[in-house]
Amino acid sequence: MTASTQTLSTDFTERPKPGDGGRLSRFPAFTRADLLILLLFVALLALMIFSLTLGRYPVPIPEIIKIVATTGFNETRPYTDKAWVVVEIVRMPRILGVTLCGIGLAMAGAAMQGVFRNPLVGPEVAGVSSGASFGGVLAIMLSWPMWGVVGLAFGFGMGALLIAFGLAKMAGKSSMLALILAGVIVGGFFGALTGMAQYVADPQTKLPSIIYWLLGSFVGLTYEKVAIVAGVTLFAGTLLLMLRWRINLLSLGEVDAQALGVNVEALRWGVVALVALLVAAQVAVSGGVGWIGLIIPHIARMLVGPEHSRLLPASALLGGIYLLAMDDIARSATAQEVPIGLLTALVGTPVFAFLFWKMQGKGWNRE
Amino acid sequence: MSESVLEPAIEIAAVDFAYGPKMPTVLQGYSARVAKGSVFAILGPNGRGKTTLLKLLLGALKPLQGRIRVQGRLAFVPQLFQVSFPYRVLDMVLMGRARQIGLFSLPSKADEAAALDALDRLGLADLAERSFDELSGGQRQLIIFARALASGADILVLDEPTSALDLKNQGIVLEWIARLRDEGLTVLFTTHHPHHAHAVADDALLMFSQDDYACGPVDSVLTEVNLLRLYGISLRQVAFEHEGEELASLIPVYRGLRRTAEGL
Repeated sequence: MTASTQTLSTDFTERPKPGDGGRLSRFPAFTRADLLILLLFVALLALMIFSLTLGRYPVPIPEIIKIVATTGFNETRPYTDKAWVVVEIVRMPRILGVTLCGIGLAMAGAAMQGVFRNPLVGPEVAGVSSGASFGGVLAIMLSWPMWGVVGLAFGFGMGALLIAFGLAKMAGKSSMLALILAGVIVGGFFGALTGMAQYVADPQTKLPSIIYWLLGSFVGLTYEKVAIVAGVTLFAGTLLLMLRWRINLLSLGEVDAQALGVNVEALRWGVVALVALLVAAQVAVSGGVGWIGLIIPHIARMLVGPEHSRLLPASALLGGIYLLAMDDIARSATAQEVPIGLLTALVGTPVFAFLFWKMQGKGWNRE
Repeated sequence: MSESVLEPAIEIAAVDFAYGPKMPTVLQGYSARVAKGSVFAILGPNGRGKTTLLKLLLGALKPLQGRIRVQGRLAFVPQLFQVSFPYRVLDMVLMGRARQIGLFSLPSKADEAAALDALDRLGLADLAERSFDELSGGQRQLIIFARALASGADILVLDEPTSALDLKNQGIVLEWIARLRDEGLTVLFTTHHPHHAHAVADDALLMFSQDDYACGPVDSVLTEVNLLRLYGISLRQVAFEHEGEELASLIPVYRGLRRTAEGL
């Protein structure tokens, strides 16, 4: 059969030489991408340990490793053990929380770009961030405790998503474009509510903390907040990782994916809901930190290629590294801490502009 | 190879379709049989419902009335294949294995072997590592054929497989349709070129209007009368000898367009 196949023409253009495109052998992309993902993992761990050393109180790396290795979360040491307090109580929760948020946001972005078949969208498109922001602001205005801020942000984030879903359904076909437009509407509405809240907030007591929270910051990240991010990120992130190969199919387009036996509707909404969970969890604990989900998947794509079963893990790790590095800068570059949301936007926008220029519009417009 | 002899791969029985309760009817009372292992062509002017019919076959749309029975597994090859992300060719072909790969799973070694085997069968193994979006339109078409093979499909549905290609590549795709049929697949395609249907198809469906059609063996349906009704222009059956072989084809008749000697 093979012999007769050869006689048929396949030479639509010149016949490609084996190993064309700078690739070495048959499966090099697998091993190369796997290696890169492993390297990113090691880099993330190294950066986490390095980040534990950053701060006013100096703790040498061997001491840190000893504390991390020997102290369980249940064990409490006397608070006179300054190194232990600094590492385990002050720095550790923040580093864990920041890393988890970075992982969640970047993975959410990679998944969202696949589902929408467009590298221009971020995980915020469905209006979740705006809803969550308003929830947080409302809780601050009501002088609710920390868990109230987190809970309300989370609740309003998911509420915004449900409204956006509903609006998209109302528009008839539940197309992804309809969801983006619904996200704009919902985002605009909650943006206005947030503005209203700021307008009426007490400028002496409430307004500063509202503004600081909206700018985005990981200051005062406690183990309770980390538990929320960790729970949601582990749950939604694991499911998303398990679905990662299927996101390739969603990126093909509706009719084609359906013909390949994919339940497009269910899978699509499922992925979007998981993405919303990840985003809401992050906004709930740290306010508005943007641009991670938009730029990190692009950089990951340059490293491991566009195939989502490699792209999602690479994006996740890269997102953790990026956000942790940004937070390190935010808390140690200047005497007064810079809100990290400002930093990620200041860095994110020019990087995005550069990517935009580099891609020359390639693959940006395929609906 | 006419319908009654062989088992049908697809049976369309008195199908009615409209896009909504108050929308105009697109199809009314359409019936057709596609024999297993045959090549079936669907012809009709733009907007007559060729793509709608394909979507009905694929299950993307549901008929209002009537029944569609598909025996076997369908694979769809869209008309213009663009990808949002520059996937590797092998990754593209692997996507054909979606039915075999569990919801929460990754492709296994067996899936990979099936994908490579499909590429091999079409003589495209060299392209496995290339980026899909670097390929020409014709090569992409073949990769999507390979994807369909990898999916284990026995019925291939092609939406205007030759429309975006130049003459040489059109010929190659027709050659491949015949080749896939020889491998035992049923191939169904829509086309704007009656001579393509004439060249490779066993049976054809001509969609005259929403409730008027002709369906049957190519030699009895692709007549000059029917084609004039279908397209509103004349086509002629021509027979000729080529390299010692008796051949026939269809050509459109254009008259009085060029300047004549008297006109000059």
